[in-house]
Amino acid sequence: MSALSKDDRTPIRPVVAAVGEGRPSRGKKFWFYGMLIFFALLYIYPFIIQLVTSFKTDPDATGNALSLTPDPFTTGAWETLFSSNYPTWFTNSVIVTLCVTLGRVFFCSLAGYALARLKFTGRIALFTGLLAVMAVPGIVLLIPKFLILNYVGIYNTYPALIVPLMIDAAGIFIMKQFFETIPESVEEAARIDGASTFRTFWSVVLPMAKPALITLTILSFQGSWNELGHFIVATNDPDLYTLTRGVAGFTTGGLGSGNQYPVAMAAALLMTIPTALVFIVFQRYFTQGANAGAEKG
Amino acid sequence: MRTRDPQRQQGAGWLFVSPAILVLGVFLVAPIGMALWVSLSDWSGSGSPISRDVNFIGTENYNALLADPGLARQDLMISFRNTFYYVLGVVPLQTILALSLAVLLNNRFLKGRTFFRTAFYFPSVVSSVAISLLFLFLFAGSGAINNVLGWFGVNGPNWFQDSRGLIHIFGDAVGLWSLAAPPSWMTEPSVMGLSFWEWFSGPSVALSAIMMQVIWTTAGTFMLLFLAGLQDLPVEVEEAAMVDGANKWQRFMNVTVPHLRPTILLVVTLGFIGTWQVFDQMYVMTQGGPAKTTLTPAYLSYQAAFTNGDWGQGAAIAFILFAIIFILTTTQRWLMRDKDVSAQKRADRGVRRRQRSRRTRAIVEETQRKAQSS
Repeated sequence: MSALSKDDRTPIRPVVAAVGEGRPSRGKKFWFYGMLIFFALLYIYPFIIQLVTSFKTDPDATGNALSLTPDPFTTGAWETLFSSNYPTWFTNSVIVTLCVTLGRVFFCSLAGYALARLKFTGRIALFTGLLAVMAVPGIVLLIPKFLILNYVGIYNTYPALIVPLMIDAAGIFIMKQFFETIPESVEEAARIDGASTFRTFWSVVLPMAKPALITLTILSFQGSWNELGHFIVATNDPDLYTLTRGVAGFTTGGLGSGNQYPVAMAAALLMTIPTALVFIVFQRYFTQGANAGAEKG
Repeated sequence: MRTRDPQRQQGAGWLFVSPAILVLGVFLVAPIGMALWVSLSDWSGSGSPISRDVNFIGTENYNALLADPGLARQDLMISFRNTFYYVLGVVPLQTILALSLAVLLNNRFLKGRTFFRTAFYFPSVVSSVAISLLFLFLFAGSGAINNVLGWFGVNGPNWFQDSRGLIHIFGDAVGLWSLAAPPSWMTEPSVMGLSFWEWFSGPSVALSAIMMQVIWTTAGTFMLLFLAGLQDLPVEVEEAAMVDGANKWQRFMNVTVPHLRPTILLVVTLGFIGTWQVFDQMYVMTQGGPAKTTLTPAYLSYQAAFTNGDWGQGAAIAFILFAIIFILTTTQRWLMRDKDVSAQKRADRGVRRRQRSRRTRAIVEETQRKAQSS
């Protein structure tokens, strides 16, 4: 809203003004900001309702869905949430996300580096295979994954939740593309000093790949924190549920009687907060496609 | 110089890729093979699918789904019908919304661009489960949406319990037919197990609510692609059009849209691929109901295997879906390759363009992967 009160006295590109467009008229500006505020409300208001509803009582949430003042104000929903299995699910999500992210960043850079730089037989074939694997949509893998987890005998264990997510073909692809932009001369120097391949990779090349590593970290974090399908087929043990799996059960009677909207809103809000924090801190990397020139190889 | 020894890079190379090969091999390639076998077998879900008690039954599961009249084929056709209307609604609307948001944000007089961009993009990074819970509440019978509709004197439906098709409702409203007693010329003939009446239902009210949710969520991701494309548009071109006296709309249609053609193509094809994979929303919100109007192939496959214990059929549906998505992906790669070639021809702004397209591609790959959950 603060954007409205500010005055546009200095167009960013005076040259355009000279050409004839000039500053937008008052009416145009009104429409422009009107549209913008409409869309902003459309995108922000639902989250505000979510926050407010989590402090309402059940009848209040059902009866006054749009109201922004809980009447009466209660933390009952949050207490219900914390006395449920929710804390267990949260812990599981943290464990799984941490392991998956660390594993993915390490193994994907390792493989990406090999595909980008090391000369070994079968490299081209492997890369072709990688492209093929990337074309496999995750959703058709639900049944196959369940079959193999059962077959290997790790169904209902932490490794079942973590290991299959640890390698991501798209992650390898991103790292490979990035490593190819790093000049080879950098490695030459390390080689002349007699560093081993792994040492060159670890101490010389990897530190230069920081932007790609951050991007991959964020994608892995977000991907594993929000993953649902894999956790559905990897476990049916409530002690191993992650947030997505556990909270998804809320809608199918997991909360007992009634709709319990306040609890559902609290649950949804709390699982959004870690994503929101990471998003705000690393926004630049999320939106890198739009941020032309923000980072460079 | 030991390290220059080709033998040594040979070893290091394979060592570096071995964890990836192992995990992708065991949890991706092998399971696909195993599922292919299950789809051709009569495995009942107990014991190992690779044992002597399990019989090869050829394409029986596929026949039941695609050829033989029966419930299995009917359900698959219902899921195809639902997806058809879903794609028809979601792909154009999310593209238009994403483009509109990007054009709004690209206005050079805009203050607080980062704030608005964050707001529009944020839902794209939030878990689909959390968003689904939120929308269950917003679209509840006495929820926020129906409250707002109430301001305009509209009596909102009970969204997620309403299986009436939009085309049915429209025809009823204009007096073409009655919802309660559909005409016999529409209910009599049956194609692939469904009557014309069922085929031409349109998306149900419940499915429309999910469509609105998906459009709302994914528009942010595609908005970023459009923004990147818009920022690539040289100011000089627009200025030239301005000097020629083109008004804003003319400039948009004759300068901006042609410039964005590759991006539009990308967004539309990604939309096609993503919409066929929708699963999370159905799992969380409707479980395929009401009256199977939110059943999608992905959810049907899950339901057949995990709920009904019909593993062969579940796996067969997954492979049929795989084939459809594979065709879509191949078409997309073919179309985009065409674009890359023409882009290379006008490589006057080579370096800048290449860097940007690399960044864009990272988003694209990510979008492709998470399209299922968005």
